[in-house]
Amino acid sequence: MCVPNGAQHAMNNGSDTQLQGHVDVAVIGAGPAGMAAATVCAEHGLNVAILDDQATPGGQIYRGITLASRKMREVLGPDYCAGDALVAPLLDGRINYMPDTAVWEVTRDKTLHLTQGGRSSSLQADYVVLSTGAMERPFPIPGWTLPGVMTAGAAQILLKTAGATAMGPVILAGCGPLLYLLAAQYLAAGTQIAAVVDTTGWSDYWRALQDGRGAASDISSLAKGLKLLRTIKKAGVPFFTNASNLEATGDDRVREFKFTSGGKVHCLAANVLLLHHGVVPNTQFTWSLRAPHEWSEQQLCWLPKTNAVGELDGASGIFVAGDGAAIIGAQAAAQHGRLIGIEISGRAGRLSAGARDEEVSRLNRRLNKTRQFRRFLDALYRPKAAHRVPADDVIVCRCEEVTAGALRNHVALGCLGPNQAKSFSRCGMGPCQGRQCGLTVTELIATVRGVEPATVGYFRVRPPVKQVTLGELAEE
Amino acid sequence: MMEEALFQPTLVSERPRIEIRFNGTPLEVPAGTSVAAALLVSGVAQFRTTPVGRSSRAPWCMMGVCFDCLLEIDGKPNVQGCMTAVKENMDVRTQWGAARYE
Amino acid sequence: MSTDVVDCLVIGGGLVGASVAYGAAKSGASTLLLDEGDAAVRASRGNFGLVWVQGKGDGLPVYAAWTRQARLMWTDFAAELLADTGVDVQLRETGGYWFGFSDEEMEQRQAMLQPLWDQGGVPFQMLDYSDLKARVPRIGPAVVGGSFCPLDAHVNPLRLLHALHKGMTQAGTRLINGAPVQDLAWDDGIFTATVGTATYRARRVVLAAGLGNRKLAPMLGLHAPVVPNRGQILVTERLQPFLASVTNKARQTEEGSVQLGSTEEDVGYDDRTTLPAMKALARRGVQTFPLLANAKLVRAWGALRVMTPDGFPIYEESAECPGAFIVTCHSGVTLSALHCKRISAWILGNEVNPDSTRAFSSGRFSKGEPA
Repeated sequence: MCVPNGAQHAMNNGSDTQLQGHVDVAVIGAGPAGMAAATVCAEHGLNVAILDDQATPGGQIYRGITLASRKMREVLGPDYCAGDALVAPLLDGRINYMPDTAVWEVTRDKTLHLTQGGRSSSLQADYVVLSTGAMERPFPIPGWTLPGVMTAGAAQILLKTAGATAMGPVILAGCGPLLYLLAAQYLAAGTQIAAVVDTTGWSDYWRALQDGRGAASDISSLAKGLKLLRTIKKAGVPFFTNASNLEATGDDRVREFKFTSGGKVHCLAANVLLLHHGVVPNTQFTWSLRAPHEWSEQQLCWLPKTNAVGELDGASGIFVAGDGAAIIGAQAAAQHGRLIGIEISGRAGRLSAGARDEEVSRLNRRLNKTRQFRRFLDALYRPKAAHRVPADDVIVCRCEEVTAGALRNHVALGCLGPNQAKSFSRCGMGPCQGRQCGLTVTELIATVRGVEPATVGYFRVRPPVKQVTLGELAEE
Repeated sequence: MMEEALFQPTLVSERPRIEIRFNGTPLEVPAGTSVAAALLVSGVAQFRTTPVGRSSRAPWCMMGVCFDCLLEIDGKPNVQGCMTAVKENMDVRTQWGAARYE
Repeated sequence: MSTDVVDCLVIGGGLVGASVAYGAAKSGASTLLLDEGDAAVRASRGNFGLVWVQGKGDGLPVYAAWTRQARLMWTDFAAELLADTGVDVQLRETGGYWFGFSDEEMEQRQAMLQPLWDQGGVPFQMLDYSDLKARVPRIGPAVVGGSFCPLDAHVNPLRLLHALHKGMTQAGTRLINGAPVQDLAWDDGIFTATVGTATYRARRVVLAAGLGNRKLAPMLGLHAPVVPNRGQILVTERLQPFLASVTNKARQTEEGSVQLGSTEEDVGYDDRTTLPAMKALARRGVQTFPLLANAKLVRAWGALRVMTPDGFPIYEESAECPGAFIVTCHSGVTLSALHCKRISAWILGNEVNPDSTRAFSSGRFSKGEPA
């Protein structure tokens, strides 16, 4: 069982690996950023593979678009159809599109290890684009693990892929554009909403309006947002603001939703509770590559360090496109993907330096406007501290059922960071490998210790980033 | 299923239906959906119980990052229902606690 | 920063340091433990959990007896930890198996184990496939046979670390975290450790800093030729129980996850996992227990063992600076009870048989030993 002495430069990809193929560019994730990057590279004559763990393209934002009926498109709203133009190039043969394919490791020398239909294989690339997008920010409130409590994003996925809407009483709670969008989509589908419980309050508006320039940098988005809110109010949906003390209760599923708003405690019957307070970058690959990350106080999450063209710090040829680098939204994600595609095409000699620089600058100017507006949105819809670092009896690690109180005890016993906490409590050791608890753990430890999240750090993320069976691994 | 379903299939009336089984009970579900979606619109509110505390769980994220939708599908335990498409005659069961392999 | 002089300063809060501090504090010594922090190398976090006796001491028979004694102390030690701290370290005294995949391997194994019984008192039994199958029903046909030792056991290493920390602090150890020791000095019988602008003084110092001992040892006239040795491990999802006994390459934890290990690689401070090793571990795991073919791998990790030139511990008191001790090994779990009781007694000058540690001094390495 000994592995022969490795050389001083132990590479993750040993001579034993069967390389089943080589591409110029491997793109992981077929959302807007990935699709745009792949398309631009293919347009410049590069050999591109785009790998996605879903059965159809679009990522989460354009999920189900290749099967969406006219009625579905009406319900989902006009922005959804922007996905069509992005998806088309994946289906016309010039890009090697690999659906139902999960990448379980990416190495610094740009080898991808994948699993597809129960079989594991590997792919070597000259350039890698990580465009795994975002996921819902964990929302640890009492009762958040009860059946019937789901994310707003989950409800949108059910709508997009199965045309399904929640059965009432349905309550939407939290804050942020995605929550209001879902409400509008539900109304368009004829679904009755028992309540929208918004945690946004005066202090949030005040904070956001300090950045007037940010607000003004994208008037049309601002107008779109206001229109959504008007739609919800016009439909007569009970709308509560400045909500706090959120709590889901029930026996084997959610039955009631309690909250405080307007100085009163409310207790509403609930069959389905949809929570949302923002999305955060999915950073499993960037952490597993041991790339440096910075804590963003603005977005309250970890952002992989990249340069101005999206290249990962210290990992030449590996790029992070779209929401996976920082939350910028679907439209900007496509622009960012395009920018990275242009940069790669330039590096590969398919585009003159002049043309590349011009296009990169143009796209960066547009992206900077988006980033300006994003600052405003992040200020307005900043998730509440109580919903990021919960009370003692609230579960933090869903997989291993570790509570905030247990974690606080471990910090009191001397745990300085998430990895020590993990070894004392098993928090972060379950199948999701810290995706649902990582941010909470970092902020909880930071709060208890009285230091910055950047000082506390994050879980050590190890392969496999997606689960693979031992049998598959043995046969790879 | 005596209790109210969590979800209903509002917009897919034109899709063909196929039959799967959940804990032995036949269910008619829309083709082309995930197992998780199919169960949610069929009145299922408990997908698994946790190995630690035996708590009931159902889907949280529907996109493969939470692992709360684990089911036993065609004899294989701990399969993510939201990442698996329904197939005719599929045998789906509650995932009770930890996986058992033979 | 205090001008107080403690009886015992322990540097390193892993399994070795915490065991020693627990024992020292319980016997009444004023004890201070300085630990580096979350980002340190931390060999103790990457642990398999074996309380393993069979095969130990091949090349140094006194180590077989040492390990055997450590194991026999474990039964009471687990009870003591539970009583003191309320933490159940889940000691499972199941006996342990080694599996062979060829007749040649079986012969070599028997030849290796026999002298350890004769000289070290470690009993064993060679078993053929059908004997094994009756005791470990889920093994696969690729297994030719194995060796069994009734003394082998397993424990939850993370709980053990937690219990030791709790135990030592409850017994009065002062723990300072995030405190990497930069300098050590000895003057007129008093040791001074420097951490940033803070200094700590003690009558005795125990270097239990694992790989960190390399740098610290020479400061007090000690020699710690330890190098990192990487072990890679695979961990599966939780499974229903199928393996109660422990084996040296596979262990099912109390939670149900299966650990498959491990490699022994000389790659410096690189604790990454590699695909060839992961594949080899997966193959061996599936050959041993075919049911694992469909089990999902949740995590692969690498950890750095603290390895001496011959793999055996170093226990030594500094001749130059009496009162400074080095305690290092790569079997921190198996030896924990012994470190807690006898080693702490030796350090405090209460050891009944102080010569017992002599076999483990660094003097056994010739001058030209690779450092």
